Amino acid sequence: MNNHELKAQYEYRKRKSAEGMKNQFISFILMIFLTLVAFLAVGYDGFPKTFVIPIILLLACVQVIFQLYYFMHASEKGHGMVMLFMYSAIFVAFITVLCFMTIIWW
Amino acid sequence: MSSIAVKKGFASTVWEYLTTVDHKKIAHLYLGAGGFFFLLGGIEAMFIRIQLMKPQNNFVNEQLFNEIMTMHGTTMIFLAAMPLLFAFMNAVVPLQIGARDVAFPFLNALGFWLFFWGGIFLNLSWFLGGAPDAGWTSYASLSLRSEGHGIDFYTLGIQISGFGTLMSGINFLATIITMRAPGMSFMRMPLFTWTTFIASSLILMAFPPLTISIFFLMFDRLFGSAFFDVTMGGNTIIWEHFFWIFGHPEVYILILPAFGIFSEIIPTFSRKRLFGYSSMVFATILIGFLGFMVWAHHMFTTGLGNVANAIFAVATMAIAVPTGIKIFNWLFTMWGGSIKISVPMLYALGFIPSFVMGGVTGVMQAAAPLDYQLHDTYFIVAHFHYVIIGGVVFAILAATHFYWPKMFGKMLSEKLGYVTFAFFFVGFHMTFFVQHFLGLMGMPRRVATFLPNQGFDLYNFISSMGAFFMAIGVIVLLVNVVVTSLKKERVGNDPWQDGRTMEWALSSPPVYYNFKQIPLVRGQDTWWIEKMEGKDELTPSEPLQDIHMPNNSIIPFFIALGLFIAAFGAMYNPLNSVGDGHPMGTVVLILGLALMFGSMLVRSIRDDLGYYIPKEDIENDAKGGKVS
Repeated sequence: MNNHELKAQYEYRKRKSAEGMKNQFISFILMIFLTLVAFLAVGYDGFPKTFVIPIILLLACVQVIFQLYYFMHASEKGHGMVMLFMYSAIFVAFITVLCFMTIIWW
Repeated sequence: MSSIAVKKGFASTVWEYLTTVDHKKIAHLYLGAGGFFFLLGGIEAMFIRIQLMKPQNNFVNEQLFNEIMTMHGTTMIFLAAMPLLFAFMNAVVPLQIGARDVAFPFLNALGFWLFFWGGIFLNLSWFLGGAPDAGWTSYASLSLRSEGHGIDFYTLGIQISGFGTLMSGINFLATIITMRAPGMSFMRMPLFTWTTFIASSLILMAFPPLTISIFFLMFDRLFGSAFFDVTMGGNTIIWEHFFWIFGHPEVYILILPAFGIFSEIIPTFSRKRLFGYSSMVFATILIGFLGFMVWAHHMFTTGLGNVANAIFAVATMAIAVPTGIKIFNWLFTMWGGSIKISVPMLYALGFIPSFVMGGVTGVMQAAAPLDYQLHDTYFIVAHFHYVIIGGVVFAILAATHFYWPKMFGKMLSEKLGYVTFAFFFVGFHMTFFVQHFLGLMGMPRRVATFLPNQGFDLYNFISSMGAFFMAIGVIVLLVNVVVTSLKKERVGNDPWQDGRTMEWALSSPPVYYNFKQIPLVRGQDTWWIEKMEGKDELTPSEPLQDIHMPNNSIIPFFIALGLFIAAFGAMYNPLNSVGDGHPMGTVVLILGLALMFGSMLVRSIRDDLGYYIPKEDIENDAKGGKVS
């Protein structure tokens, strides 16, 4: 590889990591915000329990997705197999919990 | 260092095996230890059949019968069938995908030693106040009430060996995903590698529920918690759910590699490509997938409700579809092939009808209303022995004959192999076929004896005689192994002449680095393609270069030993429910854990970067080390 190509590659990487950094920073702020919302929802007396619990669960799901895709780089190349296994495991866990919720603890 | 066999002393051989991280040697260890536990489980089976040979027999008393029955099931599933399959996975999978070892050789050794010490711990219960007596399922309502330490041996022993299995499963996943040779795409992988891959992912997802539920049971019995104790607000049904969420995928963990073994044997001896390769792969994945949503069919009679029973019944019946696809594919592979009868092929031919019979009774039990009749009778016993012996054990015996030359460099005697097959096959059907009728007539399973003149006498006698036939078959196999080991004659690369996959391109046994050069895979049935083009070697994908190899290590042995010692400490801790706890128990627990974590610490802080085999040595081996 000649000098020119090396330099181009370096520039490309630099741009890529700057982009990644920006994404991480934004998602970090968002996650703190979501956590604050969750705390406020619990702390505020006006909301009924049946409203607060689903909201917190929803926020938790959003946070997990942020974690996976922005901090653990799930969207990048070469993670396909890992994500496949994670989704299958989530599916199996979901079936299990669903079954427990419906036929043991109904 | 040269790979040419050097005569070594006994002590150095033992040391080599204690420290080895080579997948081929670990395969020997799994085969030896798994074979040992298989014999133990077989002896227990013989005791069961002797006790049930005639009505009101007094060969063993009720308590001892419960212990033998429990240990037979536990040993056969956890300590015999799975390790024996791991033996063949270790021996063959890295060779089939063109890798020099598994992804984590150290972890591979650790997995073996954890299984080994867990198995030893479980079997020490015979000498330390009685074995577990609540069945291999160890339902919590029963096992919590069990007196003595039997169940504690079960929880701790299975927990330790379960860790080992989980590790090995993850190891094979990583190996198959990352270490395939250039050109070995997923859809070119041999079927045994495919089934190992799917079985490993089932291990990954099924063992955590087992770990958790055994943890709960252990804490209930040893540290005073109440997860399953209804009188204290626990829920005993949860054990059953957790156990079967693990337990049902577990039977697929056993049967899928067995399917893989037959999918190697049948094309080899039909001298024809496997029929419907992609549908085989698809069926394997589908069986693994469906295996996770059928567990409650073991619990139809616990009162789940009609809707739940119906859903699980339908899901269970659906599994017959991919399994049927496989059966037809094997038949079509043989159809029009030039079939050569050999011992492995005989097992394959015996497997198909035997397994279909087990599958058909399985679909019968999937119908929930009928299952109310069949539940806990000998019909169930007959069914699962038909699938496990007719499927898994036949596969293990077939693979023993098929891969023995590759693992040890010597051919097992064909003649004795036929004798083993004849006795085992006839004995198997004799033992278990009549048990279907015993079950339909209402003989409950897990009973220590029965009364005369209820119509059970004759069938039980026939069944016991069949068990003796099977025992003779296994003894002949042992004789075969001893005779073969004493033989001098060694075999070449491709002893069956019709090998299709890459392991048959290597010397028997392969050199410790497996491949001189990592091969280039040019299609499915890699070695067959090369042979058909008149080559006697695989096409290399890289120039000859230095090979990086891992160092041997004794640390896995000590990590597992530490856990083994800690298990004794946990069992005799002062809080245990049996009431024979001792303050020293806590000390032993801490010492054992210290040994385990200490060994792990040594492993973490000491850099072990392995070593390089210089190019010149490899060239030397290739010239002088080739056996054929």
